[in-house]
Amino acid sequence: MSFIDRFSTYHLDILREIGNIGAGHAATSLSKLLNQKIDMTVPAVRLVSFDEMMDIAGGPDRVIVSVFLRIEGDAPGSMFFIVPPEQADRLVRDLTGDTSFTFTTSAVNEMAFSAILELGNILSGSYLSSLSDFTQLSIQPSVPSVSVDMVGAVLSFGLLELSQQSDHAIVVDTSLNEGESTGEEVNGHFFLLPDPDSFETIFNALGVTAYE
Amino acid sequence: MNETISIVKVGIADFNIVQAPNTIRTSGLGSCVGVVLFDSNSKFAGMAHVMLPTSTMAKETKTNIAKYADTAIPALIQVLLDKGVKKYAMKAKIAGGAQMFQFSSSSDMMRIGPRNVEAVKEQLKKVRIPLISEDCGGNSGRTIEFHPRTGVLEIRTVNKGVSHI
Repeated sequence: MSFIDRFSTYHLDILREIGNIGAGHAATSLSKLLNQKIDMTVPAVRLVSFDEMMDIAGGPDRVIVSVFLRIEGDAPGSMFFIVPPEQADRLVRDLTGDTSFTFTTSAVNEMAFSAILELGNILSGSYLSSLSDFTQLSIQPSVPSVSVDMVGAVLSFGLLELSQQSDHAIVVDTSLNEGESTGEEVNGHFFLLPDPDSFETIFNALGVTAYE
Repeated sequence: MNETISIVKVGIADFNIVQAPNTIRTSGLGSCVGVVLFDSNSKFAGMAHVMLPTSTMAKETKTNIAKYADTAIPALIQVLLDKGVKKYAMKAKIAGGAQMFQFSSSSDMMRIGPRNVEAVKEQLKKVRIPLISEDCGGNSGRTIEFHPRTGVLEIRTVNKGVSHI
């Protein structure tokens, strides 16, 4: 029996709460950085096939700006912060005050990459530290890495550990929206993908029997 | 003459076959490798989207044979044989195996792209199918589409446009 078959909705609720706490802290950080209101959606915990996971992010062909990091320590896993290129532009422009930055041309813009990397770093850092506080587990983010490429190419990298055990992934998906009245919105997604063995660690740390 | 051409899509860790005039495509290859086996006479082609190098890595109870290089290629050959394609007529083209992220810590999982390419080539050598052309490595994602009628593999990347091998 695959590890995924042994989950109940109760377990999924716990993962949803983890996404809620993590992304809540991340949204606060982003709000402080940009000095504006940031809205957060109720997290979705989805059990999806690999192809469905690509569709959540807009389809395997779609170009996306992603910050990826590995979670190291007691409960290893992968984490993505992804935003569409046009919205990454807006984030970087808001952050730096320079309106010439763009991810949509092929020319590599070191400053824009560096800014979005740091943004991803801060947001995932606050996500993970609140997760660590909540579970009392020791977890650290790796140095993040940024990539502007196709959804399929980027996300499949975070599925490698998982793919050795299953053809499905459990994704804790939270989106952040910039609640401005400009009509434009920043839709960023956080994907938390714990490695298969980490689920048990997380549940045990919260005093829940992993498998009922 | 009017004919409808459909595109067969291959998902992650999946394979499928096609006959001309239809084409076969897989999207968003990163560290994964797209393997095309084709016969230019019967115009049959098969494509696999390989995710991991070897099935010895599998910890799953029911192995998805399309996921691993060492199981996907023999299985794809068998499907083509069932369609009447002769093994000696099969040729191969491959693309993918990129390094999407640069990390300082070089664990085995981090260089999965090159390992996938090595494993696919080794497997092709083992089953004695000639590798005609390849577009591997680098650090861009690829979407590939194979045209069995012409034997051309079309490769699209985000920054470098379209190329044909």
